[in-house]
Amino acid sequence: MSVDSATVRRIAHLARIAVADDEIEHLRGELNAILAFVEQLSEVDVAGVEPMTSVSPMTMKKREDAITDGEMAELVVKNAPASEDHFFLVPKVVE
Amino acid sequence: MASKKRKTTKGEPPKTEKGEPAKTAAAAPPTVAADAAEKTDLTALTLTEARDALRKRELTSLELTEAHLAAIEKAGALNAFVLETPEHARDMAKRADEKLAKGEAGPLEGLPIGVKDIFATREVRTTACSNILSEFVPVYESTVTTNLWRDGAVMLGKLNNDEFAMGSSNEMSRFGPVVSPWRRKGAETKLVPGGSSGGGAAAVAADLCLGAVSTDTGGSIRQPAAFTGIVGIKPTYGRCSRWGIVAFASSLDQAGPLARTVKDCAILLRSMAGHDPKDTTSVNLPVPDYEAAVGRSVKGMTIAIPKEYRVEGMPEEIEALWQRGAEWLRAAGAEIVEVSLPHTKYALPAYYIVAPAEASSNLARYDGVRYGLRVPGRDVTEMYEKTRAAGFGREVRRRVMIGTYVLSAGYYDAYYLQAQKVRTLIKKDFEDCFARGVHAVLTPATPSAAFGIGEKSSGDPVEMYLNDVFTVTVNMAGLPGIVVPGGLDRQGLPLGLQLIGRPFDEETLFTLGAAVEAQAGHFAPEHWWES
Repeated sequence: MSVDSATVRRIAHLARIAVADDEIEHLRGELNAILAFVEQLSEVDVAGVEPMTSVSPMTMKKREDAITDGEMAELVVKNAPASEDHFFLVPKVVE
Repeated sequence: MASKKRKTTKGEPPKTEKGEPAKTAAAAPPTVAADAAEKTDLTALTLTEARDALRKRELTSLELTEAHLAAIEKAGALNAFVLETPEHARDMAKRADEKLAKGEAGPLEGLPIGVKDIFATREVRTTACSNILSEFVPVYESTVTTNLWRDGAVMLGKLNNDEFAMGSSNEMSRFGPVVSPWRRKGAETKLVPGGSSGGGAAAVAADLCLGAVSTDTGGSIRQPAAFTGIVGIKPTYGRCSRWGIVAFASSLDQAGPLARTVKDCAILLRSMAGHDPKDTTSVNLPVPDYEAAVGRSVKGMTIAIPKEYRVEGMPEEIEALWQRGAEWLRAAGAEIVEVSLPHTKYALPAYYIVAPAEASSNLARYDGVRYGLRVPGRDVTEMYEKTRAAGFGREVRRRVMIGTYVLSAGYYDAYYLQAQKVRTLIKKDFEDCFARGVHAVLTPATPSAAFGIGEKSSGDPVEMYLNDVFTVTVNMAGLPGIVVPGGLDRQGLPLGLQLIGRPFDEETLFTLGAAVEAQAGHFAPEHWWES
C-alpha cells in the first residue's frame, strides 16, 4: 500500500501536526519508503496465531481503588505554558 | 592513530565478590600509597575499581567526582552531556563521603554516573532532547534513578540522546549530534556513537563517567555500546520500572546500564532493577546478585548460533568476529549449536509498525497545554498542530505519522494486528530454541561498525533503521540482551557481540559476557578531544 498526498494531509491532521504544502511531497516519499519496507509482513502466514498483547505472561496488577496521592495542584500546573488559579489555560474551545 | 588497549583482563582469575563489604572496610584506616590513588587520572578507573577504592578509603567521592567534572569540561567537542550538574554532583559526593566515613555506604556510594535525558530527574531539566519539552523541570524522580540515588550514586548530569530515543546515530537531538570518541585510523572524520543513547555511550567510552543509565526500545543501549567499544545490557522487559521514563513505545521500552566492563554493568543493574508498584508491567521477582555471576564457569552451557543472522551484505569482519566469539565460548567449555529463528527477518518491519503505533499514542500528550512548548493558534486545534509541528523533529514527526496511519480505521488489521501476530511468532522462535536446552543465543551486535555523521541521512529513513536489525528482535520478544566488545575492525573501530538470554536470566548473560570479555579484552580510544 502507498499513500497519496491527500492521505498525507489526512494523517497529519489526525496526528495534529501542521504540515506546510511544500512538505507534503517529501513526506509522502518517506512514508511510502517505510510502508514499502513493512509490506513484507503480509507474506507471513499468521493463520491461527494470536496477536501479542504482552511479552511476558502476566496478569495485570491491580490495587484497591483508593486515593493514594494528591493535594499538589501547584506542582501539577508548575510546567504549564499558561495557567491560572491551578487551572490549565487553553484557547476558547466552545463558542 | 593507534588505539590503545585499555587493559586486558585475559588470564585474570575469576573473582566472586560478595555484595556489600563497605561496613567492614570503613574500619580500616585510609592507606595513602594505594593503587587507585596512584593513578594520576581517576577517570581511568572502572566503576568496580572506584567502588573498591572508595570503600578502602583510598580516595574520596569528591576527588573522584571532581576528576570526572574536569574531564567533562574538556570534552565539549563530543557533545555528550546536554546538562551538567556540577553543584548537584559535589553535594551528592560530600554526602557519600560522610556515609563512607560512617561505614554506611550503599552499593553505589560515591560513584559518579550520567543519566540519559529521558529519565525524569526532580528539579533537574528533562527534555528527552526534544524541543517540545522545552525547559520542562520534573517535580518527581523516575524509579530507576531513585534507586540509584538510594544506593549512593552521584549524578554528573544529563546525557544526550536522539529525540524521544528515536534514532540509531544520535543525530536527531535538539542539542545537536554527539561525536564519537572513536575515529578511523589516520582520519579525523567525525563518527556517530550510535543511538539513541549516544551521549551515554560516548561519555562512558571517553571516561567522562563511570557508567550511564539508559533505555533501549530497539537497540538504543546495545548498538551504541557496540559502536563505542563498551558494555551495555537491556534487561528482560519488566525487570526495571518504566515509571518516570519519558515513554516511547511502552511494550518495548526498558532501562539498562552502559559501562566499561561486564562487572560494572552487573553492579549498576542490580541497583536499577526491582519491583515497582507504580509500573504495572514491572515484575515482582527478587533481583539476584548479578556481580556474583561474573566469573562463573560457562562449562556445560549451550550457545546457539542463529543462521538467519547471517544477512546479505554483512562485512566479512563481522562474520569473522562472530566466529571468534563462538570459538572463545567453546574454548571456555560451552557447546555451540546452530539453530534456526525463522521469523528473524520480519522483526524489523514488525518493529516499525509496533513502535511508531505506540509512539503516536504516547506522544499525544504533548499538546501545548500541560507542559513544554506552546505555539499559539486561532483555536485549540490549530494550537495543537502548530505546537507539535514546531516541537517535534523530523524523525519524530515521521514516526508519529506512520503510527497514526497504521492505527487508523481501515488499516489497523492489515498493519498493526498483522505485526502483533508476527511478534508472537518471533517470540515463539526463541521459546522453541530455549526449550531445546539453549542457554543463550550469540549474534553480532550490529551489521557494521560506526559510520560518519551525515553519512546515512539520505532521503530513505529505512537505511538508518537497518542498523537495528540484530537488536530489535530482542525487544520484540521481551528478552534480555547484552553487548560486549569483541575487537576492532581494519579501520580501528570497535565491533560488538550480542548474547540473548532466557527471560529474567540476566545472570547467565553476565557470566557469558564476562567470558567473552576475558578473551577479547577492553578497548579505549585516544583522547584526541582533550585539547
